[in-house]
Amino acid sequence: MSGAFRPANQDSPLLRGLLLAAAVLVALVMLVLPLAAVLAEALRRGLGVALAAIAEPDTLAAIRLTMLVAALTVPLNLVGGVAAAWCIAKHQFPGRRLLVTLIELPFAVSPVIAGMVFVLMFGAQGWFGPWLQARDIQVVFALPGLVLATMFVTFPFVARTVLPLMQEQGKDEEEAAATLGASGLQTFLRVTLPNVKWALLAGVLLCNARAMGEFGAVSVVSGHIRGETNTMPLHVEILYNEYQFAGAFAVAALLALLGLVTLAAKTLLERLAGREMGGRA
Amino acid sequence: MSVELQGIVRRFGATAALEGVSLNVREGEFVALLGPSGSGKTTLLRVLAGLEGTDAGVVRVAGRDLTGVPARERGIGMVFQNYALFRHMTVFDNIAFGLRVRKHRPHHAEIATRVRRLLELVQVPELEARYPEQCSGGQRQRVALARALAIEPRLLLLDEPFSALDALVRKDVRRWLRGLHDGLGITSVLVTHDQEEAMELADRIAVMERGRIVQFDTAEALLRAPATPFVAGFVGEAARLPCTVRGGVAHFDPLPLAPLRAALPDGAATAFVRPHDILARAGGAAMVRLVRQEGGGAARLVVQAGEVVLDATVAPGESLSRGEPCRLTLRGGHVFSTTGGCVQAQPLAAAMAS
Amino acid sequence: MSATTLGFGRPAPIAAIPGFRLTLGITLAWLGAVVLVPLAALALRPWELGLDGVLAVLADPRVLAALRLSFAAAALAALLDLPLGLLLAWVIVRLRFPGRGALDAALDLPFALPTAVAGIALTALCAPNGWLGAPMEALFGWKIAFTQAGIVFALMFTGLPFIVRTVEPVLRDMARDAEEAAATLGASRAQTLARVVLPALLPALLTGFSLAFARSVGEYGSVIFIAGNLPMATEIAPLLIVVKLEQFDYAGAAVVGMAMLLLSFMLLLLINQAQRLLRRGRA
Repeated sequence: MSGAFRPANQDSPLLRGLLLAAAVLVALVMLVLPLAAVLAEALRRGLGVALAAIAEPDTLAAIRLTMLVAALTVPLNLVGGVAAAWCIAKHQFPGRRLLVTLIELPFAVSPVIAGMVFVLMFGAQGWFGPWLQARDIQVVFALPGLVLATMFVTFPFVARTVLPLMQEQGKDEEEAAATLGASGLQTFLRVTLPNVKWALLAGVLLCNARAMGEFGAVSVVSGHIRGETNTMPLHVEILYNEYQFAGAFAVAALLALLGLVTLAAKTLLERLAGREMGGRA
Repeated sequence: MSVELQGIVRRFGATAALEGVSLNVREGEFVALLGPSGSGKTTLLRVLAGLEGTDAGVVRVAGRDLTGVPARERGIGMVFQNYALFRHMTVFDNIAFGLRVRKHRPHHAEIATRVRRLLELVQVPELEARYPEQCSGGQRQRVALARALAIEPRLLLLDEPFSALDALVRKDVRRWLRGLHDGLGITSVLVTHDQEEAMELADRIAVMERGRIVQFDTAEALLRAPATPFVAGFVGEAARLPCTVRGGVAHFDPLPLAPLRAALPDGAATAFVRPHDILARAGGAAMVRLVRQEGGGAARLVVQAGEVVLDATVAPGESLSRGEPCRLTLRGGHVFSTTGGCVQAQPLAAAMAS
Repeated sequence: MSATTLGFGRPAPIAAIPGFRLTLGITLAWLGAVVLVPLAALALRPWELGLDGVLAVLADPRVLAALRLSFAAAALAALLDLPLGLLLAWVIVRLRFPGRGALDAALDLPFALPTAVAGIALTALCAPNGWLGAPMEALFGWKIAFTQAGIVFALMFTGLPFIVRTVEPVLRDMARDAEEAAATLGASRAQTLARVVLPALLPALLTGFSLAFARSVGEYGSVIFIAGNLPMATEIAPLLIVVKLEQFDYAGAAVVGMAMLLLSFMLLLLINQAQRLLRRGRA
């Protein structure tokens, strides 16, 4: 008789089995197969071919450029994101909600538009185009354009991961620090930062992954000059359009790997962050 | 409806939440399940509601075996600890829910009449169109009660219904609820960890400890004759004093307390003594730490006697203030010997006089 | 007296935590330079064509077809994702089974895969000789890659985690006692789901829908490989922007971009309004 008892909010084992089977099927088709397809296509003609494709000078240049763009973008967005989170979470001022909305705005804007706005400003026929041209400064179709477009697209990541946590933690501890005579910087470094360090790291990782993987925005501002303004995702497109599938999928697999490592790290960090919050509760 | 529980066992993994609980509730009775957290009282209530399964035992309501009957077919009303009101429904829709989900749902005019009558009954007719989050804690509690009553339950279960209310509201709501129970005559079972609440509301109290009911009786009987040291300590605010029985007398050495007559075998024992049974007079080995003036009655004291700190009462005609030495006499108490015996102890003087 | 020394006739606000001006300054500078000024360029640029010019661009059948395709495909994909997302969220929150952690992590894959990678992966999968494309064509005669169906499929892929991840926390936080209360009031399991659980999830589903939709309207990388990119048939609006930019038709591209942004903001506002109606009375 006891075995037959089912809590009021649990479904029958048959229904649960069906739900689980359906979920696994959906996940398999929509999530696992695409990833598997990348890896399978990359290795179709053997690991050697894939590695050779990655070792090509143009590919290596793309990898270097991608890393350079990320190395410039992420720290800039880190500073901005932390400043925004701190001033929104720890202070009261009119327009806070509007500010949050504006910070999240880039998520609602198509990456292509994100790239286009910089072409409109700095392109040959852009607002500042002639002025820049006269001084021989290249923004669009060069590194500055790539960095700006990437910054636009990855702009909300850090603020968005850190802000909710900071808000949840309230400002008691910061106020306590202030009564104990700490300066703003001291309060931030010694009180706030330790409380959000894992979330912050997760935000940086997500920002980095998106910066390295961004396609639409940089595609518009890049100009696709091989070996010069081609990032890894753009290189994937070029190789693919040239029917160099092995190379395209090899570089894609590299990018997918980056995504997977980021995902794993994020999961781990969330667990750590959860423990952080758990310890406070 | 009468409720009969027999040998209920409920285990969660290796730990047993209920270890063979039996309980008989008479029709129309108001029973409280009283115990510290983790004593199994909420689990027992959930077993009654059909929200929790059992590993052994029988549940009978009005003579019918309900074991294996799912919660929704039991017709037992329950008020949840945090009320569990449906947030996306108005107060009206919350109360009407139980009527609307019936196989033969009443006509909607009929539902409206009944919901309004219930709102009148719980005295919040003005809340009809509000959402739960627009109501105060006390109002939510009334709505939760009206929702549970809407299905015309044979039995009403209340899981710590006052815990979310602040102290001032709590007392009022408690009296109102008891009045409502007397008016409706529904058998009710209340879970609480607050003895004052249990004593004020319930006809009988089942004291629970570690998955068992250790005593089931009226409040008066629990105070007069606690069955176990746990009950003696948990009900009332008795001080727990170690003592030694020698020749039918309990000695409190090295504490400066007069011995008590306790007909128990020689050996170690524990006495439970209530503050109003500890009388303080001027002069002695104990010391007054705090004085709290009670409206009308004798002043209550906190006294230090040797290593222990006790609540005591100023003896009639005496006056003590903070920092003064005092001596303590005991008017009585319950003494439990380590071998299991228990007596109501009396002062030596009274015993000699009789 | 102290008020006069402060120079104003009213009490000064007290900021307990220092650093407000500095951080707000950084935030505004950062926001302005990277987001707001560039977006202003987008808002102003089209008017170089004059109102007639803007309307002429919008009336171009190719532009209309692209906008229609982007919005319809995004809405359809988000709609199809709703039941799938609900199913996945339900399974990872409510069921305990070996591999639950792996499934949970896999749900973020569309977030984690760069869009270009997702694009060529989905294309390889759905191509006539792909793992999905081949059986679909053999069994049902369906072609997915290089058709509008392919666009919807790619958008379903990118949108799915938005729905799962908005529904999941609500489902997790949904107190079990509401379901238990429904049971003690005599509701059957189906009634409880329909009247208590689903209505409670509805706002989250709507939010998930709008997030997935907003993302899908502008999606580029994961779509262009599988889309076929034929004008009037499988050309999405973001691609049309790229095409116009490549032809140095900056103003025309800006018109399309602005139309996309305005349309999707209007739709999101509408959904938001529905959301508010739904939440009426709920904090």
